Amino acid sequence: MAKTFEIRWHGRGGQGTVTAAKVLADACLSGGRYVQAFPEYGPERAGAPLRAYNRISDHVIRMYCPVLHPHVISIADATLIDGVNVTDGAQDDTIFLVNTSKDPEKIREKLNAKPGQKVFTIDASKIAMDCIGRPLPNASMLGAISKATGIIDMDTLLENVKKSFGKKFAQKIIDGNLEATKRGYEEVKEG
Amino acid sequence: MKEPLWKRLPAGSVILEAGSAAKFKTGSWRSMRPKWIEENCIQCLFCWIYCPDMSVTVKDGKRGAFNFDYCKGCGICALECPGKKGNKAIVMEEEGN
Amino acid sequence: MGKIFAVTGNEAVAEALRQINPDVCAAYPITPATDLMQRFSGFISDGKVDTEMVLVESEHSAMSACIGAAAAGGRVATATSSQGLALMWEMLFIAAGDRLPIVMPVVNRALSAPLNIHGDHSDSMGARDSGWIQLYSETAQEAYDNAIQAFRIAEHLDIRLPAMVCMDGFIVSHSIERVEYLEDADVKNFVGKYKQVNPLLDLDNPKSYGPLILTDLYHEYKRAQHEVMTKVKNVVLEVAADFEKMTGRKYGLFETYRLEDAEIAIVILSSAAGTTKDIIDEYRDKGIKAGLLKPRMFRPFPFEEVADALKHLKAIAVLDRADSFGGYGPLFSEICGAVMSMNKKPPMINKIYGLGGRDYMPNQAEKVLDELVEIANTGKVNIIKEYIGVRE
Repeated sequence: MAKTFEIRWHGRGGQGTVTAAKVLADACLSGGRYVQAFPEYGPERAGAPLRAYNRISDHVIRMYCPVLHPHVISIADATLIDGVNVTDGAQDDTIFLVNTSKDPEKIREKLNAKPGQKVFTIDASKIAMDCIGRPLPNASMLGAISKATGIIDMDTLLENVKKSFGKKFAQKIIDGNLEATKRGYEEVKEG
Repeated sequence: MKEPLWKRLPAGSVILEAGSAAKFKTGSWRSMRPKWIEENCIQCLFCWIYCPDMSVTVKDGKRGAFNFDYCKGCGICALECPGKKGNKAIVMEEEGN
Repeated sequence: MGKIFAVTGNEAVAEALRQINPDVCAAYPITPATDLMQRFSGFISDGKVDTEMVLVESEHSAMSACIGAAAAGGRVATATSSQGLALMWEMLFIAAGDRLPIVMPVVNRALSAPLNIHGDHSDSMGARDSGWIQLYSETAQEAYDNAIQAFRIAEHLDIRLPAMVCMDGFIVSHSIERVEYLEDADVKNFVGKYKQVNPLLDLDNPKSYGPLILTDLYHEYKRAQHEVMTKVKNVVLEVAADFEKMTGRKYGLFETYRLEDAEIAIVILSSAAGTTKDIIDEYRDKGIKAGLLKPRMFRPFPFEEVADALKHLKAIAVLDRADSFGGYGPLFSEICGAVMSMNKKPPMINKIYGLGGRDYMPNQAEKVLDELVEIANTGKVNIIKEYIGVRE
């Protein structure tokens, strides 16, 4: 693994993007790793575009500023591609993960991705509607990240999704999120 | 050698002795002194209530002689005293007479 | 040894308070400290601590209630930020003057106006003269460790002074990172049983707090307060040594990073020190001898030790996340005080950065280091105090 593995999340207030970053940080603690998860705090309202970040490293993480050159750019809402500079700071081999029903090839075109950059898509909102009845894409985004990056294995991730949602929600919602996480892993497409 | 004063002060300016205000005698400030005329006193204890220090002594619910250690001669007791039939039970006199 | 968690700075300090289980907390919510006390009051509601929580109508009242509870003989804590700390201001001096060992996490946040909820050090720097001990934390781990040590330091019978434990609002308070918690029993044992000194609730020995003391003795009381501050340093080091024995984590009056053989150095507080360390590594890789000094104890300020650590440098930049308008940044002023004792004084510059939560980015540290290289070569300083990271 590179010195520090860095992820930037693009989402909208209320979609659970910040929660996703937190769950991922929690899950990545396994194996003695160091983690960071933090949103860019602003005057957030439901629907407002927001960014959140993860850093994951085998060494102590000292950097406290936003991630500038992410290894992964995870976009929880494809409509953000039009309004926000989501490719800002992307490296030549950055991995894009986009929540959309469109094909990864189309998204690759839209992002104007370089040959070395990988583009993954996942219809996370649909999975969320199927599994929990609300368009909260975060669980299946996490599953897709697990598949696309290998940064975290599914067993550990599922355990942490369960733990994190278990604090606040009923069993039905927890089960729905676990199912969504699994489907995110299985249904993510590369293009 | 004696320690400097600031080293001998209790930490945090806490006053460790209860009721130490009694040591602070204001009697020397007086230029006028109250005189108690017992036959005009109706034992209303207004003087005890109004005295800003503690110079009116009370025993068994009745006032006794002034404790002049704490009397600054302010005259509040004499002013507030209702007296009996128009005659004050406390009057102020010049100190030293 | 303890367990590893991914938690925010606020969560970590709330956990420290749970483990310490103070007798009384009086608090009023203010972003970004709200979350800390909210979590702690959750522990009270869940019966995990038996702290008496006093919900008051302002921070002024919060500190007043803390003072009363501490004078009564309780182990007392609260937390605040920004305007809340500003509103406590007059009571801070009373807590210190009465020598009440209240521990207060300060989640650093900018002061109005304009209204801003993000992290800078304007709030705690405004309270630097109040007589409180101040410890600054770079990470959530440091905030947790400092909070635990702060109780031992504040309550030490040689000093008995209130202590603030500062961490950067949002940057640390709301970021999730890896933190190692100690076992409850170890924290309890480390902090020890609270020793009362002159408690008001000792009804057999009544006493008074807060008397009127005028020209006759006020000056002497302040002389004594100055003296007790000079003893804090040793207590902080003694507590840090015990803490290291228990945890292996080393704390001092300040931290140095690659400073011993450095020619240029950045002096900086709290979370921005972490980012700076990464950039110093990059400059070292380029063959530039850069180092860092991060004060942990800002009050009392360890002038002699800091001077000794900085004496070999060819140029120093002090970065302040607070301004003293019309003066130099507060940290710069202290470093000047330390440097004053040196025979050969290194040239110094003062940069004001990151106000109102403006991100402190790697390129800011790079620019400062580049300027230091230039100053070290020429010995010339162009502008002493300057804002950096200002939008064009």
